[in-house]
Amino acid sequence: MDRHILSILVENQSGVLSRVVGLVSRRGYNIESLSVGPTEDENLSRITMIVPTESESFEQLTKQLNKLVCVYKIVEMDKGDAIVRELVLIKVAVAAEKRNEVIEIANVFRAKVVDVGRTSITIEATGDEHKLAGLENLLRAYGIKEITRTGKIAMKRSAQN
Amino acid sequence: MSDTRQPTIEKGLPRFGSHTEKEGRVLTGAQAIVASLEAEGVDVIFGYPGGQAIKIYDALYDSTQIRHVLCRHEQGAAHAADGYARATGRAGVVLVTSGPGATNTVTGIMTANMDSVPLVVITGQVPTSVIGSDAFQESDIVGITTPIVKHSYLCQKAEDLPGIIRDAFYIAETGRPGPVLIDVPSNLLSAEFEFHYPDSSDIASYRPTIKPNAKQIRTAAAAIAKADKPLLYVGGGVVISDASEALLDLAESLQIPAVTTLLGKDALPNGNPLDLGPVGMHGSRYANLAMTECDLLIAVGARFSDRVTGKLSDFAPLAQVIHIDIDPTEISKNRTADVPIVGDARRALTALKAELDRRGAAPRTAEWLTHIDDLRARHPFASPGLATSQGGIAPEGAIKLLSDMLDPRHSIVVTDVGQHQMWAAQYIDREVPRTFLSSGGAGTMGFGLPAALGAQIACPDEQVVCISGDGSIQMCIQEMATIAVNDLPIKVVIVNNSALGMVHQWQDLFYGKRFAATELSDVPDFLTLADAYGWKGFRVFDPADLEETMSAFLAADGPALLDLRIPREERVFPMVAPGAAIDDVIGAVSVGDISNQIENSEEADR
Ligand SMILES: Cc1ncc(C[n+]2csc(CCOP(=O)(O)OP(=O)(O)O)c2C)c(N)n1
Ligand SMILES: [Mg+2]
Repeated sequence: MDRHILSILVENQSGVLSRVVGLVSRRGYNIESLSVGPTEDENLSRITMIVPTESESFEQLTKQLNKLVCVYKIVEMDKGDAIVRELVLIKVAVAAEKRNEVIEIANVFRAKVVDVGRTSITIEATGDEHKLAGLENLLRAYGIKEITRTGKIAMKRSAQN
Repeated sequence: MSDTRQPTIEKGLPRFGSHTEKEGRVLTGAQAIVASLEAEGVDVIFGYPGGQAIKIYDALYDSTQIRHVLCRHEQGAAHAADGYARATGRAGVVLVTSGPGATNTVTGIMTANMDSVPLVVITGQVPTSVIGSDAFQESDIVGITTPIVKHSYLCQKAEDLPGIIRDAFYIAETGRPGPVLIDVPSNLLSAEFEFHYPDSSDIASYRPTIKPNAKQIRTAAAAIAKADKPLLYVGGGVVISDASEALLDLAESLQIPAVTTLLGKDALPNGNPLDLGPVGMHGSRYANLAMTECDLLIAVGARFSDRVTGKLSDFAPLAQVIHIDIDPTEISKNRTADVPIVGDARRALTALKAELDRRGAAPRTAEWLTHIDDLRARHPFASPGLATSQGGIAPEGAIKLLSDMLDPRHSIVVTDVGQHQMWAAQYIDREVPRTFLSSGGAGTMGFGLPAALGAQIACPDEQVVCISGDGSIQMCIQEMATIAVNDLPIKVVIVNNSALGMVHQWQDLFYGKRFAATELSDVPDFLTLADAYGWKGFRVFDPADLEETMSAFLAADGPALLDLRIPREERVFPMVAPGAAIDDVIGAVSVGDISNQIENSEEADR
């Protein structure tokens, strides 16, 4: 299965997200990850979307998205050439005596402890998919109570020369 | 009112813009809407009032420029605006109220969208303070229509109205045209502000590609210059971009034959020997065979719809494909294009011709045309005359007779959907673009009568004839009233087979003659109905009376309908079974003993 990373620059107006997302889902695609936010230009927002598909006619979808009047520009990110990041909050069930173990794991992943409770601890981490999956795996041993993610954002790497 | 047939200004630009007497005045939102429409040069609106639109209607009451046509159903208003737009090339304007008024336009919007027709649909909406509260007559019309509009707006501020209306016309009329919906909460209508109308639109995120890529034009010209069996495949895009002349110029100079889609039927003069007419499901066998045999297919403003291609893998199997379309999503959607050309059809065809001239390309299709003539002679459309062998009226003959009685330069034929539509496509001859209006992509029964109304309002000096069916006509029959009160001399031929004929035909051929829910009774009596609406009514059963009745009907003053009775068993042939290859045709008529025998033995093999 191919996972397409689309970075879509849209007009910063109400209803735009629903047009974009509606078009994708009406054409039978599932959206694996979605994030939206303002950009350096106050008139524009950026939607980053990950769409897994086996379809060979994926180009038809990007053409259709481009056709939406509210879509300014759409770039399909090349995985090898893009910085892809996500922020995740993980609430780990952990008693006081094992808390340090979990904090150590967080440190190794350069994650932050953002909340500590009597029976749980919440960790904030950013990174690419592999890193976050690694962290999640290790924490699972303690028991994960809740995970919430921002959805991935992406940016093309700058040229090196 | 002036004849709007010839656009006096460039599409996508307002006729008056900021040069109106209302410019700079303080207006209410409702007045600003009317002033904006006036600045666009709108001369007619099709609509239906109601609570959330009443203020707009109140403002409209003072307009001397804009005529409002009160249709009898919002669906009728939408199709009427569509007919107006198809006949003129300018956006048709619809005005309705919120809730049911807005939702009643949905079929009309979808029909326009499928056939790339420019519409601006203004819907009243409940006030912003109660949006989302299930207020009386609230419906999320922007949400409901999102998949079937080119673009839409839910206005937030009264001051935004002029800019939004300008952009709506611009978006509707440029690029690949389509419907744009503007939803206006009613509290915006009384807000006052200083009115200023823009003279143009500039939308950073909307920049249709108009000019074709020069390199692609050269590649295409090279392919055309060396093709032995080139074929033009002409769609509605040619009509939309006013490219008929450019197309004919190219076709004639290099002697390239052309097949047409339903919407491309009037893109070429039907009498021209290079015009092979309709292709596809009910196209002629010779057009379909030409498609199968061609070595270069030049698609212009056509979208390889399934009604044309039949089984895609067998469609034009030998051809290299040049595809000219203004909409990049159409290119390589159904059939991969070897030479894709994104751009305006007229520009692309003109550029192609210039490039071919530069290369000194000369016609080299004599052999191909001889072969096509042979196919045409052997597999013409049926010509049964006026009577069937059982003594009833033969629809093919009747439609042909109608065609012969019309002045092709001064008539507009509008159809509904079904068998009668296909007979019209096969037997009505057209000379000029925008004179054959039919719901192609959507196949919307009920389109014909209101679209004829819109076309007649747009072109008061043309003879407008609607070819409908006994099923279709009943879907927007209320517009008979609109036509009567507006004194429009529209002629409606109801090809009455007491059936939902096209579905009946499918049941006959593919569902073991199990005629589920397709037989219509003799209700209503169309003559009494004509009477009730103040129309003249004619009826004919007997082929012997056909000519006389038809000419009396066409000559009648004011609106008239002809109840043209044909046997229920009549079938539209040839026909390609759905999903079959287009050279695999049921019921093609062949001329000459040998081909007849071949045909018959093929038939026996099935
Ligand atoms: C709104 C709508 N409903 C249903 C259909 C399906 N349909 C296609 S043709 C047809 C029959 C049309 O009957 P009539 O108008 O009498 O035309 P005929 O085929 O008999 O000439 C039907 C029901 C349609 N195209 N549009
Ligand atoms: Mg019928």
